[in-house]
Amino acid sequence: MELLLDSLFNGVAIGSVLLVAALGLAIVFGLMGVINLAHGELMMLGAYTTYVTQLIFKLPILKPFYNSYIIVSIFLAFIVSGVVGILLEKTIIRKLYGSPLETLLATWGVSLILQQFVRSVPLAYGTGLVISLLIGLFLPTTFPSKIKESINFKYFKFSSWIFAALTGVLTGSIISSSVSKLSRASARNVDVTAPSWMRGQVEIIGTAFPKTRLMIIVITLISVIAITLFLNQSAWGMRIRAVTQNRQMSDCLGISTEKVDIITFGIGSGLAGVAGVAVSLLGSVGPNVGGNYIVGCFMVVVLGGVGNLLGTVLASFGIGIMTDLIGAGRLLSIWPDMPLPLSNTINFFATTSMARVMIFALIVIFLQFKPTGLFPQKGRMVEN
Amino acid sequence: MSLSKIKFDKKIVLSLWIILIALIIAAPTLLPVFRLNLLGRYLSLSIVALGVDLIWGYTGLLSLGQGIFFALGGYCAAMYLQITSSSEFPNNIPEFFALYGVEKLPFFWEPFRSPVFTFFAIWIIPALVAGLIGFLVFRNRIKGVYFSILTQASLLVFFNFFNGQQKLINGTNGLKTDVTQLLGQMVGSESMQRIFFWITSVLVIASWFFAKWVVKGRFGNILIGIRDDEPRVRFTGYNPVIFKTIIFSIAGGLAGISGALYTVQSGIVSPQFMTVPFSIEMVIWVAVGGRGTLLGAILGAVFINYAKSLVSEALPASWMFIQGGLFILVVTALPEGVLGWIQGDGPRNLLQRFGLKRKIETYPSLEVNKKEGNNE
Repeated sequence: MELLLDSLFNGVAIGSVLLVAALGLAIVFGLMGVINLAHGELMMLGAYTTYVTQLIFKLPILKPFYNSYIIVSIFLAFIVSGVVGILLEKTIIRKLYGSPLETLLATWGVSLILQQFVRSVPLAYGTGLVISLLIGLFLPTTFPSKIKESINFKYFKFSSWIFAALTGVLTGSIISSSVSKLSRASARNVDVTAPSWMRGQVEIIGTAFPKTRLMIIVITLISVIAITLFLNQSAWGMRIRAVTQNRQMSDCLGISTEKVDIITFGIGSGLAGVAGVAVSLLGSVGPNVGGNYIVGCFMVVVLGGVGNLLGTVLASFGIGIMTDLIGAGRLLSIWPDMPLPLSNTINFFATTSMARVMIFALIVIFLQFKPTGLFPQKGRMVEN
Repeated sequence: MSLSKIKFDKKIVLSLWIILIALIIAAPTLLPVFRLNLLGRYLSLSIVALGVDLIWGYTGLLSLGQGIFFALGGYCAAMYLQITSSSEFPNNIPEFFALYGVEKLPFFWEPFRSPVFTFFAIWIIPALVAGLIGFLVFRNRIKGVYFSILTQASLLVFFNFFNGQQKLINGTNGLKTDVTQLLGQMVGSESMQRIFFWITSVLVIASWFFAKWVVKGRFGNILIGIRDDEPRVRFTGYNPVIFKTIIFSIAGGLAGISGALYTVQSGIVSPQFMTVPFSIEMVIWVAVGGRGTLLGAILGAVFINYAKSLVSEALPASWMFIQGGLFILVVTALPEGVLGWIQGDGPRNLLQRFGLKRKIETYPSLEVNKKEGNNE
């Protein structure tokens, strides 16, 4: 019983990382049919945001609040990755709607650039750049409508970008002069240390669970609930669902699909940032951290079925529990006296990498029976 | 997409061929060994690019898992070389087996003692694996991005498997070939590398003609039909599964040949051939050169890799930026690739933009509609 509970917890912990990472991907893929290979790198940005926030909270002014940095970083990571995602949508992805394979290649290019960016640009100036992007993209939207409708709006826009650039450079240099660790570019992995209240373990029903894992489960839970509420209760959520179901019809009914695309992509990317916070709690953060998760996320989306959050949730917990059962060889301890050939096979797959082999093979077999995932979209179109 | 709008004079074509052949024969004396070796490697990569062009440029299947077949071909060649030159090691098996306490050659490596078997295995095994994966996927009408994701997942399956199996295939370390013997000569020696360069050049030309033959005629037409509108092909009474499986296994076979040639020239085969970035790079060679133009795939593979080695020597950090930018640029600005742009309306449009050439006035709608339906 204890063993089973332990296994279930581990599986849920693995699954919740997958889930929070795949959630944004599922929304973007479900709505726009866009394959975002840069999703892993948006996660990486989230993880680096956690690291930067942690260092900034070590400054004398913010030292008293140090223990709460992880909560702050969740919001910051959402904003950072969201802004980068929106920029991505506005510059590249918008041109490629309707051709998913091209998007796939272009976003791969973006992911390469982002990876090299964190390697060769000091994090302080990276932060400055993100801040200036944030201001440049959002300041014009806060102007009163009188200015927005005037002919000279483009000059206002231009001057707000100049203001944004100046602010970015200023924050960049302030951060780089006050936090020496952020002032130099480095390709080395960095470590995020959890605040003291998150270290150690909690005992539930006689079994000890590490607190960081519990924190990840909580983050995932909150993200899933928040996104479900947003999609089902808010006006924009309704518009997003409408566009998912029928883009042309929604357009005809006066929904601005362009805005819906931007919002969806921003939220999807922001969720990647939140996933990055979770990932940074699990191990060290490096430029390649996103690559470890991206294929797993895609498997979750494919397995769960497109445009269905329940499918995504079930698929990621299923994959998580299976990974733990196979990878840690738990089947053997649950059923010790199984026949020899079977136990040999299970031993053969009882490592993390071989468990991955097994899981992917199982998914491919599963797709033989249900090619469109657990919960397919219903429709009567021929294809495409 | 018409293959070539520019009709060359026969004499020009003939003289181009003569120059090409003369260059291939003379290359070993003109280039230093290091550069010759690089050129040979890049030429062998152009064979896998031809395969990618066949499945992506002509059939519309974007495979992100060509690295599997590439590495399989490489492993077949490397294992044969290791086995034939293992006579001085204990138990007459390759040296690395002793490290893991393996005393007998694993059964599936037994056939690789024979050179004839290896010669066929290098391309038939990858082709069979590709055919199997392809059939399972195509049978369920999994296509588009799902196909791409699944091939990427299979790539990871193979990568993890090969990485983890020390006792069977030396795991992460891979198999070295440069100190092995072939026909009494060291594979890594200069004279052998020269021969490999010639073999590679001949095979590149041969596979180019083979690919041209494949896409010519009715078979090629059906491939293009599948790319442009698969349901319509099916409604016309063809079974796309068969055609897709055949072309996917042809591409797999080409990747196997390419992998074997690359292995003997780079001196090692390892699971690194099956990493995700490498397989996506193969796609970008084709995308830059021009999808749907076979020559574009070859030129793209050679030139991009050459640029990569030059840039990496000069400014190691900037290659990722350049490569990423190239991806974005090609996809957004040059969707037909460089060669496709030249063969299409590209140069004329450019001249028109500068006012150097008059616009064509007749039925502009016909010109515009040509690109539609190519949205997968």
